[in-house]
Amino acid sequence: MLEIRNLHARIADTETEIIRGLNLTVKAGEVAAIMGPNGSGKSTLSYILAGREDYEVTEGDILFNGESILEMDVAERAASGIFLAFQYPVEIPGVATMQFLKVALNEQRKARGEDELSTPDFLRLVKSASADLQIDTAMLKRPVNVGFSGGEKKRAEILQMALLQPKLCVLDETDSGLDIDALKIVADGVNALRSPDRAMVVITHYQRLLEHIVPDTVHVLYKGQVVKSGGKDIALELEENGYADIIGAAA
Amino acid sequence: MNIQTKPPLTAGEQALSTHFDAVKQSLPGGDAALSQRSALFGALLSRGLPTRRVESWHYTDFRSLLRDVPQGAGLSQRAVEPLIAGATVLASGAQDGVVPAGVNVVDFQTRLSDGSLTLAARGDDDAVGHLNAAFAETGFAITIADGSKVETPIELQAVQDGGQAHLRHEVHVGANAGVTLVERHLNSGDAPALVSAVTNLKLEREANVTWVIVQGQGHADSHLGQINVSLGEDARLTLCIINAGGKLIRQEVHVVTAGEGADFKLRGVNLLGGDSHTDVTMTLGHDVPNTTSTEIIRNVVFDRARGVFQGQIRVAPQAQKTDARMASNTLLLSDDGEFSTKPELEIFADDVQCAHGATVADIAPVHLFYLMSRGIPEAVARRLLVQAFINEVVEDLDDETLTDALHGVIETWLEKHV
Repeated sequence: MLEIRNLHARIADTETEIIRGLNLTVKAGEVAAIMGPNGSGKSTLSYILAGREDYEVTEGDILFNGESILEMDVAERAASGIFLAFQYPVEIPGVATMQFLKVALNEQRKARGEDELSTPDFLRLVKSASADLQIDTAMLKRPVNVGFSGGEKKRAEILQMALLQPKLCVLDETDSGLDIDALKIVADGVNALRSPDRAMVVITHYQRLLEHIVPDTVHVLYKGQVVKSGGKDIALELEENGYADIIGAAA
Repeated sequence: MNIQTKPPLTAGEQALSTHFDAVKQSLPGGDAALSQRSALFGALLSRGLPTRRVESWHYTDFRSLLRDVPQGAGLSQRAVEPLIAGATVLASGAQDGVVPAGVNVVDFQTRLSDGSLTLAARGDDDAVGHLNAAFAETGFAITIADGSKVETPIELQAVQDGGQAHLRHEVHVGANAGVTLVERHLNSGDAPALVSAVTNLKLEREANVTWVIVQGQGHADSHLGQINVSLGEDARLTLCIINAGGKLIRQEVHVVTAGEGADFKLRGVNLLGGDSHTDVTMTLGHDVPNTTSTEIIRNVVFDRARGVFQGQIRVAPQAQKTDARMASNTLLLSDDGEFSTKPELEIFADDVQCAHGATVADIAPVHLFYLMSRGIPEAVARRLLVQAFINEVVEDLDDETLTDALHGVIETWLEKHV
């Protein structure tokens, strides 16, 4: 489903290269964990997948269902089925959460040539998805992410994911800032979305999240490259020994 | 361009003069009014249209900006659907809906003819007032009886078909009365119009008024608006101005708090695009103790548009405990756009709170990225963010029907510009 080939990318402003020849393949139905020390390029990779303009790809390609997404803008990528759950969800004063959700859902449907959802259908959908994530609907009356606690923000991200039903979910440090109860709710929400025709890229620092969202594969990112790939055992190994061994072997 | 002595009249002034000679005999009010008109127009011409050398026109060189002066009568003699469904529409030559109980409406023409109204300007340098009084042809004198809480909004509607239109309204709101009035200006087509509209509004003790000006003139139109307000004891006025059209716009707001406990709120939205020039100029006199005011102006600038907000707050020596707050915030969405904000605080009392602030910003890229990452196309995302910037001002109105109607005006404008 996702195939990243020899990707090189840099910060557009400073021309600092962050991703240096990254290769990664994630199949439909697969949950791939990306781990790595600070500064290895994990978050950058998530932004590049989403299409953020602050980064430019200088070499290589990103294929989504066999087609390059490099020429697509952020909204087109999202409408084609790529979803990024932000590490730091953005607060947008003045834009009501419900309006935002409705516009997003309907714009994606429009882009796919589907009919827009009626308001009652939309409300039903939001109500049931919110209940699953233990989100108080009063929260959705507030502007997007404004005044949400860290946990509420992360739950709101997963709610959007559940509503938009993407094909490729990229979760950037979804565990950061969550206490253990909130982590469980979020993980349950993510697990509920696991399906044979959906792939997930789970970016995380710690093994902790992977106890709740059990990955099929684990990839270690270092200096903008995948230096080791394997099964979920790698995560346990990292938890015990830190990154030093793997980085040492790769260097 | 030739450097030579300034000709006595600009093309704009000349065209106004020609128009005055053509229409003066047919304007309402007879000989008495005609002599007032001639004196006012003569004074305007001998002084000349204001240039930027006049302090209150510093950012709007009206003399050079007023180039197109269409001739001929401009007001359509029909009414369109009101902005708020169910509102009573008062338009020149047309009325839609029943005048609500407690409201008395008399034609401006009638009041002028029976001598109960004189044509006058605010002062020698009041160009808008001079021009309007000289040409004033229609309008309404509205009285709201003491204690009347009028539920049905009243819409003062002016639909232009191109040409000139000069309206003058006198509105008197009695003690403890309440009403919502919408002053709405539209152009039915593309023919250029020159419109002036002056309103004298008086609120008696404890009166509560929401006055909304929706200026939706055509892209070639010039519009001069002025509202003169006197607020009695504990009277409350919310004035909401939406500028969403026109080529050359000057909207003046002159408010005096005449009674203790009076409160004035100004909420302004300037949607500026194309080559337009829009100037909102306010003078507010806190003349007695214990009065309050807040002014929030939100400006959105596209294309090569230019906008101006001048806000002058005077606090008289005796006006202790005045609380006045003013803010002008601009979303500048074009490198060629421009917005000038000039706050002027003249405070002569020592126990007062006065604050003002101005900001200029662009849409935050991170906001745009977040919305687009959910599949919202860039244009739609930008529109949402511009609306978010403005919404607060409109939602402050505390009247859902009105808020919805104004959202509609804003949305329609944005759909054409984003």
